[in-house]
Amino acid sequence: MPMKITQEIRDNTVILTLDGELDASSSVILDEELSDPEIMKYTMVLVNCQNLNYISSAGLGVFISHLQRFEDAQIRLIFYNMQDKVRNVFEILGLDLLMTIVSDYEEARSIANE
Amino acid sequence: MSNSIRVNCTKKNLKLIRDFVTEYLRTLALSDILMNQIVLAVDEICANLIIHANHEDPSKYLTLKVHTVKDQVKFEISDQGRAFEQSNYREPNIQEHIRMGKKGGVGIALVNRIMDKVEFITDGTQNTCLLYKKIR
Repeated sequence: MPMKITQEIRDNTVILTLDGELDASSSVILDEELSDPEIMKYTMVLVNCQNLNYISSAGLGVFISHLQRFEDAQIRLIFYNMQDKVRNVFEILGLDLLMTIVSDYEEARSIANE
Repeated sequence: MSNSIRVNCTKKNLKLIRDFVTEYLRTLALSDILMNQIVLAVDEICANLIIHANHEDPSKYLTLKVHTVKDQVKFEISDQGRAFEQSNYREPNIQEHIRMGKKGGVGIALVNRIMDKVEFITDGTQNTCLLYKKIR
């Protein structure tokens, strides 16, 4: 299944819902989504990973490549609802320590509002 | 069940490769996490071969074979593109990648951390990557 990304705006937050598999072929559309200058108008980017069934280094690379730019612009990037097997891929590279991954939307909101 | 697959070098075929590996591993009753790790390692090698070694040339092919011997699964991935130079490989510094906004360069690190043994062999024309993982 190709990657489908749904964008929702709530106040100062962009919620990206990922549905499918992020590999070397499909990660291009995530990169386009995160490169959209419009996204820099918000203070939070929440990524709903509930239906993200797979991520390869290409998908991780897209997040890695935007993280510093978001931090510089004081935009919080927070992942939530991540499946264990996908979280494990972040953990293999230690990315779980460098990125914010929380259990659910409520926790993501509470961290974002800190 | 077939234990080999041959695909041409387009990124769209990565899904086909993952489905093939998943189908093979399903018979071994592995945990979700281990199964995903092994599929990922094979996907990373194939993506590198398709993109870097064969420049996404659809007239070129790679072949993947898988075997289980006792408690170990072994993958053989062959192509005729540019050989990977393992001796030149350096582990990435992820924090540096973040700072520089780098997109690529962490795939082989994943493979090395997941698999028990990773070998690259070339005879000048044919390149083969061998991946080994203990599953019991």
